[in-house]
Amino acid sequence: MTAENPSPESPAVAAIRSRWPDAVRDVAVNAGQFRVTIPREKLIEILTALRDDPVLKFDFLVDLTAIDLSPAVPRFRMVYVLRSMTRREELVLKCEVPEDDCRVPSAHELYRCVNAMERECYDMFGIHFTGHPDLRRILMPEMFTDFPLRKDFPMVGKMSDQEWAEWIVARAQRTEGDPA
Amino acid sequence: MAEGRLTALHVGEEREEGGALLTTLDSVINWARKNSLWPMPMGLSCCAIEFMAAAASRFDISRFGAEVARFSPKQADVMIVAGTMTYKMGEAVRRLYDQMAEPKWVIAMGACASSAGMFRTYSVMQGIDHIVPVDYYIPGCPPRPEMLLNALIELQKRVGEDRSFRRTNAGLMLGTKT
Amino acid sequence: MSTPAPATTAGFSTSFERQKGPGGEEHMILNMGPSHPSTHGVLRILLELDGEVIVRAEPDVGYLHRGMEKIAEVYGYNKFVPYTDRFDYLAPIANNVAVVSAVEKCAGIEIPERARMLRLVCCELGRISAHLLGIGAFAMDIGALSVFLYSFQQRENIYNFMEALTGARFTVSWTRVGGCARDLPPGWVDGVKRFVKDFPQRIERDVEGLLTTNRIWVDRLKGVGVMPRDVAISYGLTGPSLRASGVEWDLRKEQPYLGYENFDFDIPVGEVGDAYDRYLVRIEEMKQSARILQQALDRIPEGPINVDDKKIVLPGKREVLTSMEQLIHQFMVVTEGPELGPAERYFGVENPKGELGFYVDADGTGRPRRMRVRGPSFMNIASFPYALKGSMLADVVAILGSFDFVMGECDR
Repeated sequence: MTAENPSPESPAVAAIRSRWPDAVRDVAVNAGQFRVTIPREKLIEILTALRDDPVLKFDFLVDLTAIDLSPAVPRFRMVYVLRSMTRREELVLKCEVPEDDCRVPSAHELYRCVNAMERECYDMFGIHFTGHPDLRRILMPEMFTDFPLRKDFPMVGKMSDQEWAEWIVARAQRTEGDPA
Repeated sequence: MAEGRLTALHVGEEREEGGALLTTLDSVINWARKNSLWPMPMGLSCCAIEFMAAAASRFDISRFGAEVARFSPKQADVMIVAGTMTYKMGEAVRRLYDQMAEPKWVIAMGACASSAGMFRTYSVMQGIDHIVPVDYYIPGCPPRPEMLLNALIELQKRVGEDRSFRRTNAGLMLGTKT
Repeated sequence: MSTPAPATTAGFSTSFERQKGPGGEEHMILNMGPSHPSTHGVLRILLELDGEVIVRAEPDVGYLHRGMEKIAEVYGYNKFVPYTDRFDYLAPIANNVAVVSAVEKCAGIEIPERARMLRLVCCELGRISAHLLGIGAFAMDIGALSVFLYSFQQRENIYNFMEALTGARFTVSWTRVGGCARDLPPGWVDGVKRFVKDFPQRIERDVEGLLTTNRIWVDRLKGVGVMPRDVAISYGLTGPSLRASGVEWDLRKEQPYLGYENFDFDIPVGEVGDAYDRYLVRIEEMKQSARILQQALDRIPEGPINVDDKKIVLPGKREVLTSMEQLIHQFMVVTEGPELGPAERYFGVENPKGELGFYVDADGTGRPRRMRVRGPSFMNIASFPYALKGSMLADVVAILGSFDFVMGECDR
């Protein structure tokens, strides 16, 4: 779906269109849920405005994730699912992230849950969140260097059980150092 | 290590090395051990819930003396790994296994602990036997509590036949050979 | 990577640097987990202690990360349903319902009325089951072991119903895209009705009677782990933990699905947001679930349990063996999966632990391009740095138990 008159439009989408007319790249809808594609330069500005607006009041961040679209270009797409608890509306914001400039401004100051969710996104996709206070892996072990949810990473992984077992036994038999 | 027999302890007709005293000692020790196998529940995921169900009143693992779930490895006899073991978790499992005192056994409860079950992925170890030696594998996803009790009974049978005392230094001294 | 890096001390400890207290004293770092009786699964928490008081707490998750989202991309919609059992493994059937509801909402599939009601009944049974275990394990951690045994006794009744319906006590994998796998066996509804009739009294006698006004219980839980309302919303908490903080938000009322709007039930909301409120909210939710069930069990309509679209649902065996077209449909649904999309949507349901949501990106094939799982326990655990700060070490167990999280959902 393109940005041609998907009516009836939600007030949030209309507000975004009127305030940032050249930032709305695409609008789509599925069963009452609108998805707006915006450029990542405007991401923090729009998220902050949506959260602080006394009418729109998107006070709850439901989800934050990324999608690997390969072989399409740009490769990654960030997805932010916002919810206004007072108006019972959900809004999906998307922005595109090219592979060679895999960075997105961090939204950790807007909602407290973003800290952990951006770490997971980094862990799984390798997207770097600029401004994040502590961007470390959260689900995979620290020494893991691949990004599992990328399409070119095989489901069975790249290391064998034998290699992992050697690593595990070596770590388990350390007698000093912090068990990090 | 004495090769010969202590004649003072020579008690009648014996067919096992060490005599009837040592076999009686063994059976007493084994009887005590097998009826009080304290599990260390390494409850990693869903099988832990079935372990809890086995410990609850319907299936009652307490009948077998094994309701004392000791999370401290130094107080436990059998480590029941119930659930999927990821590579990240492997260090903790191996470390705790190493800290358990002899004699110790391991039961791999469920398909995930035996062979990663349905998870052939980049973060799951395909079976815990890559890092700890397993005595009994219980299939199932999750296995019914009766299957866990079955494994416990089999383990008890095996513990009952163990050469517990005859293997120790004192036993070796009193007996002829292991 | 081909070879693992040598064991280093890099990781949490380098970022988790000891702070100095006001008098210059060093704080102690205590490692709790990942194997711990009270962490309810493989959760590791790093605690920085100033004596008994927690100055900083940092959860370390990922010890149960099994790569579920990757599995969904490789296996497809229907084959993913057994994996969803393993998210919130205290109420597996609720996760089954959640994932197929999300896929059906994304693809615009309407399931028959009977399937909807059956799913609703099973969701509520799952809710009761999960809260029973949550409270039972919580009480066991605090020291009240009897409650654990009583609540498991009730859970065994629910296991019996699940086994009669689906064949498995526990990890049921009962739903499919477009409906349900199996229909009700005869006598099932009467059995559940009998169970639900005296369930509220049993809870009052066995659980509430032992805990709610128990001096020790109240002393240990009141004022512990307080999550104020705005903090809870900012942390993305959902479910009973959010409602205990005074936020009246339940997806069954706000964004009804499965026909919840046709039933009469209340949403318990707490006042303070401490551990005691979270406990009370769960008890009351169990009673409200029993109330919904009493209404729903009389209103299950007759009819098919699967939508009548052979491109999505397996056709019956007789048709498969006699009609070429149905044989091809069966072949395609089994090998390729139901081909859905292209469509994208986020959909969340009110699971016992909170909002289990799925962002489904269907690209027209039988496998999703992205199946993002929003596990409620991930957010709940992400709020621990706030919830645990300032409390005493002994309160950690109370706070963890009151949040009632499941690592399967958190790590996926």
